[in-house]
Amino acid sequence: MPKNVNIDEWRGIWVYAEQRRGQVSPVTWELIGAARRLADAIDTYVAAVLIGDGVGRYADEAVACGADRVFVAEHPELAEFRTEVYGRLVVQLVLERKPEIFLLPATTQGRDLASTVATDLACGLTADTTQLEMDVQKRMLLATRPTFGGQQLATITSANWRPQMATVRPKVMPRPEPDPSRHGEVIRLEVGDVAADAPTRVLKVVEESNESRILDEADVIVAAGRGIGSKANLYLVEELAEALGGEVAGSRPICDAGWLPKARQVGQTGITVRPKLYVAVGISGAVQHVVGMMQSGTIVAINSDPHAPIFQVAHVGIVGDLFKVVPALTQAVRQRGRRAVLETVGG
Amino acid sequence: MHAVVCIKQVPDTTEVRIDPKTGTLDRRGVPNIVNPEDLHALEAALEFRDRFGGRVTVLTMGPNFAASALRECLALGADEGVLLTDRRFAAADTFATTYALWSAIQKIEKERGPVDVVLTGRYALDGDTGQVGPGLARRLRVPLLSYVTAIEEVDFEAKRIVVQRHIEGAVVTLESRLPAVLTCSADLNQVRYASLPALLAAQQAQVTAWSVDDVGADPEQCGLKGSPTIVSKSFVPEPRTDTCRLFEGEPAEAAASLVDFLIAEHRIPGFEPVGAKEA
Ligand SMILES: Cc1cc2nc3c(=O)[nH]c(=O)nc-3n(C[C@H](O)[C@H](O)[C@H](O)COP(=O)(O)OP(=O)(O)OC[C@H]3O[C@@H](n4cnc5c(N)ncnc54)[C@H](O)[C@@H]3O)c2cc1C
Ligand SMILES: Nc1ncnc2c1ncn2[C@@H]1O[C@H](COP(=O)(O)O)[C@@H](O)[C@H]1O
Repeated sequence: MPKNVNIDEWRGIWVYAEQRRGQVSPVTWELIGAARRLADAIDTYVAAVLIGDGVGRYADEAVACGADRVFVAEHPELAEFRTEVYGRLVVQLVLERKPEIFLLPATTQGRDLASTVATDLACGLTADTTQLEMDVQKRMLLATRPTFGGQQLATITSANWRPQMATVRPKVMPRPEPDPSRHGEVIRLEVGDVAADAPTRVLKVVEESNESRILDEADVIVAAGRGIGSKANLYLVEELAEALGGEVAGSRPICDAGWLPKARQVGQTGITVRPKLYVAVGISGAVQHVVGMMQSGTIVAINSDPHAPIFQVAHVGIVGDLFKVVPALTQAVRQRGRRAVLETVGG
Repeated sequence: MHAVVCIKQVPDTTEVRIDPKTGTLDRRGVPNIVNPEDLHALEAALEFRDRFGGRVTVLTMGPNFAASALRECLALGADEGVLLTDRRFAAADTFATTYALWSAIQKIEKERGPVDVVLTGRYALDGDTGQVGPGLARRLRVPLLSYVTAIEEVDFEAKRIVVQRHIEGAVVTLESRLPAVLTCSADLNQVRYASLPALLAAQQAQVTAWSVDDVGADPEQCGLKGSPTIVSKSFVPEPRTDTCRLFEGEPAEAAASLVDFLIAEHRIPGFEPVGAKEA
């Protein structure tokens, strides 16, 4: 297929700095970190695109995380994301400045914007990637994502098209350590009457309880899979989670069955988590689950099947019946926990 | 009211397993189903027709056997099933897919009358990109209402709709002009059942089959040729080299040594090994 552009005119790696209700999402910093790594490989700059109302204050943080330039578009009409309004701004900016790569978060906002922009620009877009590499010679983005049935990974390229676009799952890229001494350029965009003929209007925004963010912040997660057998058995993982001071999550079948709320589903169609400790109880370890938890600090697997794929991602584990192992773990944690506390008190 | 519902036939990927010997996907015996969320898109269209009358056209691009997915939708009450099928449509990425669907919708509008709303699923089970709905909206030059979980108001005369969208951490109520593209999630509604006579009748029902030429599409923009992205490699993820450390013995014993290990290695936040203070 012919290329859409003269690719030598396109330079730089851009990141869409997503904001929700005035706050930049943490995935933005992860993407800037990833963009920095890719940009250094091909010796180019990193830019962040920050759109909203009163979000300019985040520009410094973007620079500290690795951006060389920050494009800031601010307007009261830009407070809430709207696909058509943001899309038009971004398309215009891309056509003016010609970045070779454009990364967006694989969130509801990032997916809508990416798809809209890629359609307008007639360029390639890879959805929901979990790995980004660079073919340095061809300046070609190698974007890898779980595919068909998720049991496989596919590396997708768009060699002859610019920009090369990809959405990236939150929490799969490491969050960079900000360096406040970095310097960067903040470019304020003239936005004018951005929403004059916008086809949509936001009538109301109701924030949800923290339920959907609990897993984001948990240091310890104990997740139940189909091996748990029934909703009535969930107390086993709840007790272990409580002893560890953590939260309960589930694989998709558990959440599909309504045994746990959807907000607690880990994986490709659920959320991606990155706790310090992840305990997988009766979970087989299908790729769609694994992509949502593989970045956890320590992964513990409890499964009666020694060949279950979960043991390929786990650091430690026990092959055994969860109905025996999990209560024993809870008991051991409770005992050790008490000992640790006593020790602290005593001296 | 004229609604076009885009549906996709997908393998029930929850049934797919890896062959442990070859490390490849074992797709044998995996049933093909209508992508689950697309049935919610269809349900929303049927509810519009229940209230306002009109027409529901179901559209899919796929191989010949995708006709069975359309028949399932006919059994549920759709007025017509359109199958876009042609070897030149094959191996389309989302960009080429939205081009094909857009071309078909142009023809549907011309021959069956103006389209008031296009509905899709939020994402497809096999591809899981969630890009087709947004891309289609852009091609059609109509607003995108994605991740719709409730329809609060709709007025096809006044060309206005109000929906609730469920996004991360919030529910957004959005008002929009019509026509628009809605991407529907499973929370939107409860899918109706087809009656047995309807199911039987649908088995014999005709679907409309269109080729690249029928919809007047440019073959260069279809299928593999029209796809800016290519799959350059696909592989089964490599097993990690550092193998999992297994704790053995009776459950109580294995559990105790695993917990001791985790604490000693500082793997449980808030739990410090006994004696760590002095060290
Ligand atoms: C597009 C797509 C997206 C998906 N998204 C997700 C997602 O976001 N999250 C997700 O989790 N899945 C997702 N899936 C589903 C995924 O493919 C798997 O089907 C799912 O993760 C399996 O869940 P499970 O491990 O709980 O169940 P199973 O695969 O049934 O595994 C149960 C495990 O429990 C073990 N077990 C049984 N009894 C015991 C016992 N007494 N003691 C110890 N162990 C026991 C078994 O050995 C087995 O390994 C998705 C699939 C598709 C196609
Ligand atoms: N080949 C296709 N034919 C018709 N509709 C499709 C096709 N592919 C995707 N869609 C629609 O687009 C939605 C999102 O698909 P995807 O972007 O692939 O996750 C699906 O739920 C369908 O409604």
